[in-house]
Order: sequence, then C-alpha cells, then structure tokens
Amino acid sequence: MTSLPDTSAPGQKKLGLVIDLDICVGCHACATSCKEWNTQGYSAPLTDRDPYGSDPMGPWLNRIHSYEVQAPDSQETGSRIVHFPRSCLHCEEPACVTVCPTGASYKRAEDGIVLVDPDTCIGCKLCSWACPYGAREYDYDDGVMKKCTLCVDRIYNENLEPEDREPACVRACPTGARFFGDLGDPESPVSQLVAERGGFDLLPETGFKPVNKYLPPRPRRPEATAGEQTSLEERPTYSDSLADRLFSWADRMLSR
Amino acid sequence: MRPAYSVIIFTAASGAGYGLLVWLALTALFHGPAANRWFAASGMLLALTLVTAGLLSSTFHLGRPERAWRAFSQWRSSWLSREGVFSIAAYPATILFGALWLQLMPWTAILFPAALLTIVLCTVTVYCTAKIYSSLPTIPQWRDPFVDIGYLVLSLATGAALLAFLAALFGLNAPVIGRLAAASLIAGAICKLVYWRRIDAAPRRYTIEQATGLGSLGSVRQWEPPHTGENFVMREMGYSIARKHSTRLRSHVLAAFPMAAATILAATLVTGTLAVALGIVAVICAGLGVLIERWLFFAEARHLSMLYYGAPAA
Repeated sequence: MTSLPDTSAPGQKKLGLVIDLDICVGCHACATSCKEWNTQGYSAPLTDRDPYGSDPMGPWLNRIHSYEVQAPDSQETGSRIVHFPRSCLHCEEPACVTVCPTGASYKRAEDGIVLVDPDTCIGCKLCSWACPYGAREYDYDDGVMKKCTLCVDRIYNENLEPEDREPACVRACPTGARFFGDLGDPESPVSQLVAERGGFDLLPETGFKPVNKYLPPRPRRPEATAGEQTSLEERPTYSDSLADRLFSWADRMLSR
Repeated sequence: MRPAYSVIIFTAASGAGYGLLVWLALTALFHGPAANRWFAASGMLLALTLVTAGLLSSTFHLGRPERAWRAFSQWRSSWLSREGVFSIAAYPATILFGALWLQLMPWTAILFPAALLTIVLCTVTVYCTAKIYSSLPTIPQWRDPFVDIGYLVLSLATGAALLAFLAALFGLNAPVIGRLAAASLIAGAICKLVYWRRIDAAPRRYTIEQATGLGSLGSVRQWEPPHTGENFVMREMGYSIARKHSTRLRSHVLAAFPMAAATILAATLVTGTLAVALGIVAVICAGLGVLIERWLFFAEARHLSMLYYGAPAA
C-alpha cells in the first residue's frame, strides 16, 4: 500500500542515521561496505555493468560527495572541504512511496524504514523522479529500483552478534562519523546528539520531512589555519638558547 | 530529465487517440447516430489503435513489463496508477459508445450518456498523464498549471488534426471540423509559448548551498564527485540540452502547429485527392510538432538531485 502509514503518534519509532559532516574524512568505507552487504542481502543482486572495465555502472545505495566551501573570508583562511555521504533519508512523508503505482515502494509503520519490494516493483522509475535527494538507483539488469534499506536484514538479525546489528555503513565507519538510532525518541542518543550539535534536514523546503539528520561542520579553530597565513618574514624568531644556536648553525651548514 | 522514447511515443500517440475519441463523441452528441458509418468506423478504429499502441509503448519503459498489471492497485495515492485505471476504464465505455454510434446496437437512447462518459474518461486519462509530471515537486519546470493545460490542449489538437484528415478522406463537407482543428492547434502553440515564457522567467529557487545545507558556511561547489563514471541518477536526471538547441526546437514546434492549422484550413477549401493530401501533411506537421514538444518537455526539465552532483541551481 503506497498510502503512508499514520506515524503522527508521539513516540513513533523513526529509525535513521545521523551523519557528522565534521568528522567524515571521505574514505568511502561506508559506501563499499554498503555495496558489499547489500549485494548479498535484501537488495541482492546489486548488479554492475562493465564492473572491471573503463566505464563501470551500477546501483550503489550510498554515495560520498566532496564539496569545497568558500567562506567570505576564505582569502585569509582558505576554503574547506566537506565530505558528504548521501543515501536515503527515510522521509516521514516520502513522495517516492506515494507515487508508486504498484505498492512495491512502501514505508513501514513499525519503524519508518522506506523499502522497495523487489518482487512487485515494475521498474517504472517514477519513485526516483520523486526523490529530490537522488537516493534511489535503478538496477538495469534486475529491472527493479534499489535503495538503502537501513540494513533491515542486519538490525533485527538475531544470527548476528549484538554489536553487528546496525547498518553496515555505520559499522564500517572508521572515524565514527555515522550514528544509527531512533530519531522518534527525543531521549535516544542520536536525538540528543542532533539537539546538541544543531543537526539539520536536507532540503526541508520540499516538505518530505527526512528522518536522517546531518551534523554541521564545527567552526574552525583559529590556530588550525595559522600556518597558511604566516609569511616567511613573519616566522617566529628563535630564542638565543645554546640549543637553538646549535641547530641554527647546523641548518646553515647543511643548507650550503 | 532523459527523454525516454517509449514515454514520448506513449504520451503523443495515446494523447492523439484520446483527443480523437473526444471529438468523435462530441460529433455524436451534436449529430446523433453516425451518418457516414465508414467515417465513424475508421475514426473509432484509428483512435483505439493509437491509444493501444501508446499504452503498449509505455510498457517498454518498464524494467518488468510482465508485472504491469500491478500498476492498477495504488490509485488512492499514485497518478500513474490512476492513469492506468482510467485508461482501462475508458475501453468498455469507448467500445460501447462506438457500437451505439455505429448503430451496431439498437439502444440509441443511451448513445448520449455513453458519448458523455467517453468524453469524461478520455479527458481524465490525459489529465492523469499530465499530473504524473506536474505533481512532482522535484522538477520545478513541471510544477506549472500549463503542464496540465498543455497536455489536454495538445491531445485535443492532435486528435482534431486526425479528425480533419478523416473528414477529407471521406469527403465530409464539414468546414466546421477544419476550423475547430485549426483553432485547437493554434491554442496548442499558444499554450506552449506561454509555458516556455513562464519556465524561462521563473527564478531558480534551489541552490547547491540549500541542497547541502552548507550555505551558512559560504559558497559551495563540487570538489570531487562520488565516482568517476556515470550512475543511474546522473543518466536519468542529469540529461541537459544546450540552450541554442532548445531555442531552435521550440521554434520548430511553434512553426509546426500553425502550419498544420493553415494546411487544414486550406484543405477545407478544396476537395478530393488534394484535400486528402493536405490532410496528411497537416497530420504529419501536428505529429512532428507534438513529438518535438514532448522531447523538449523532458529534456528541458531540471531535477533537484543534480544539485548534489554539482549543478549550481535548479
């Protein structure tokens, strides 16, 4: 059924991710781990065309963009790079679900996960047109739409160790930039984190109410950019200690 | 957006077919049972063939066409599903109307209601097609009332061009058909002109800063894409057309519809083979016009997701 479930009740479970743009280093471990898990799980197969050739193409459920942000004062401080993982945001009111003509695209009432039923999807691709985030990728060989399942086949999987019952991307992140939890519960660690760090929605203007949240990059510490500002003439002068004079002499000798 | 040929052929062919059905049903409303049964039978057959060919073409867009029947289930929320339901519902109504109009069935009393029902179902089906596109907030160029109006008017205009051709073919001396066809073709050209003016004037409301939520830190540009090759989203939503090509193709559309209108008006002044030849020219002009228009409709549409792939605004 592509009509949305009523999720307005307080305390409604809303499972999702929180992504820390301050910590992400853009290593793509979450994306490769996602592809690896999902090509054998719920979304299997995640087929690639020309996988070892010059023009590989296939669905990935998680993509890591990198943006350069130039502040008005970036002449002095330099611009900064923000790595930006992007996957399905499991919106509260997703248009990708309501446009689906077959009911294959649906939002689970119990935890808010948005899924595609690979057995009833007709591959019309309209859901991908309805998603402003570009989160759905069509599988040309399988003929159906693929998307992030929030690793629905891991998080409830009692065959896995308890610490592995979280999405593959979260498990793989080496810097701890990804968090998984219930964003419908204001007391949950992820909700607390969002409140504390000022987590934000992507494109709130479109009105789809994404569940996943992004934590903004922290302001720069002044000393982090000090090195770039220092010209040769402004180099700190050395004190006149014996050791400094020795190194200074060694530097002159070695520079000859 | 990538213009898919199956969808272009579907919307153009079934649009013309439904438009022709509306005109045929209107003819029955005003004139009762068909006076010229060859004209009526050819019209019904041509319209149903176009509608069916269009609907079949649309299944070529599907990854799993064998499951297409499932698309009739979600009419509560999905315009695509509604379109499927109405397109199928239009068949029995149309066939009943055709049988009554051709007097293959005796109950002439229900000819009027059957014709009215045919008009309603055909119009609603075309409206549903338009709504599939105009209901998507992710494509600002399609969030325009002239999308719906354009689909409806061009459906009637291309249907009218076919009707005028059939009138010439069967030697119906009915200049009113030619005038209606010419007027609807001109109306189609005006709709497209207004639509293009509107989308050109509309400000680009979304920026890469909004999409990434990083605008408070400064201006944003793509530094490195997620991968070196292309993916589905870039291929499907990232299709773009050079401004100069779009300008030229628009002028082709704006020339094709008035040319079809003029040819149809000329055909009403002559009879015989010349009138039929002019009718064919008019149908070709209108058909090419609507195919180019449909191609542009997709090619000029910009999808919000491209902001993440470096588009500065959408």
